[in-house]
Amino acid sequence: MFFGIEWDTSSQWAFAVSIFPILLHGLVVTLQATVVGFFIALILGLVLAALKSAPTRFIRWPAKLVTEFIRDTPLLIQLFFLFYVLPEFGLTLPAFLTGALALGVQYSAYTSEVYRAGLEAVAKGQREAARALNLASARTFTHIILPQAIPRIIPALGNYLVSIMKDVPVLSVVTVLEMLGVAKIIGDRTGGYLIPLSMVGGLYLVMTIIASFGVRYLDTHLPKRGLSLK
Amino acid sequence: MNDATDNRGPIIKFDKVVKRFGDHVVLDELDFEVQRGEKVTIIGPSGSGKSTVLRILMTLEEINGGVVYVGGEPLWHQRKGESLEPAGEQHLRQMRSHLGMVFQQFNLFPHMTVLRNLTEAPVQVLGVSKAEAKQRGMELLEMVGLTDQATKYPHQLSGGQQQRVGIARALAMRPKIMLFDEPTSALDPELVGEVLNVIRTLADEHDLTMLLVTHEMHFARQVSDRICFFDKGRIKEQGKPEEIFTAPKEERTKAFLKAVLDPDD
Repeated sequence: MFFGIEWDTSSQWAFAVSIFPILLHGLVVTLQATVVGFFIALILGLVLAALKSAPTRFIRWPAKLVTEFIRDTPLLIQLFFLFYVLPEFGLTLPAFLTGALALGVQYSAYTSEVYRAGLEAVAKGQREAARALNLASARTFTHIILPQAIPRIIPALGNYLVSIMKDVPVLSVVTVLEMLGVAKIIGDRTGGYLIPLSMVGGLYLVMTIIASFGVRYLDTHLPKRGLSLK
Repeated sequence: MNDATDNRGPIIKFDKVVKRFGDHVVLDELDFEVQRGEKVTIIGPSGSGKSTVLRILMTLEEINGGVVYVGGEPLWHQRKGESLEPAGEQHLRQMRSHLGMVFQQFNLFPHMTVLRNLTEAPVQVLGVSKAEAKQRGMELLEMVGLTDQATKYPHQLSGGQQQRVGIARALAMRPKIMLFDEPTSALDPELVGEVLNVIRTLADEHDLTMLLVTHEMHFARQVSDRICFFDKGRIKEQGKPEEIFTAPKEERTKAFLKAVLDPDD
């Protein structure tokens, strides 16, 4: 029994059907961690991108160092730090929040690069034309640079959303009951791993395919207007 | 504030202006003047600092020494009592409003329609109403012969059409000085003529000061009051088009003109 739901081991088929609702509980947690982690990555990445293009190198360099550090260390180490080390300094976060935060921090290193690359891909001549026309720098950013950068940024961000979803199982090591962790516990208790693990794989496949279609839909249906990105 | 309507003295003046890119000296204590309403063409080999003169005037490129004056006011400096200090953004914005620039690569805003390209800055910077900006935009499109392209996006236009929009966009800000930075160099040969025709129309406007960098020597000869031959960051020779093109004095000018006018020899 798990989440108050009994499994039926009378046949393999009945077993699969009976644990499906249990896995769905885990799936909800997986999706929640994905969304929260992605949201953190979006915001933190934007902050990092802004810091990395700051006018003074005393801001730029530390921001680059932090990004590099995050990117070059395994997600699991960051997760352990947040989960085991922070409490030593008196800061204890719930397991789910710790996990989502670790995912968000890890991926903010990637999203910051997406933002930066997207902004830099806008031709230098665009800034010069805006300057020659005396457009204010804020107006230049919001109405000249951003509209040209966003169609490049969004598909790349979408790909990271899928990556985050696939990294959520790592959170099971800090007791977050996401889908894979749930499947493993079912296996531990019933002795049958094949069916729950296969089902998790299948569910992941379905979610990834849906997400990929979503990203592709965005890519083709985003209002690009005059922009040719190829 | 001086608004460049002050009729005394040259409208543009470079006083011993130095510009360096790293160790490379692009402008070497350049002295250069343009009078009000004058049409001046700068010619010279690549790397001689021609475009840099325009980019400095448009405040796209800072200077490393000397003083640039526009309408008698220092461009890159602010007067502080008797001395000059580096200019702040407020001063640069004020000075920039006297100038318009046409770029080699057009630099139209690709996500905006042709008409929006012409109205964006007048509405945002000059505070003109949208209706007024649109009306003025359509007038400018008529001048460059593109009224039927108003709702299209730049990529739907030919290079020549895009550059005509580029000219109209600069004019929409009502500059007193127009800077043309190799406006036809990125165009297919058959599209050059339509752009030159628009510039020729502008050259007939008495009040407008024009500074043109181009490799179109025949055109330069037709529209310019004066030709300046740049070499190694200085004016090597300057004079009326007939003088420069028919009887250049300097060996360097002769060699350059021979190379660009009779490239097959």
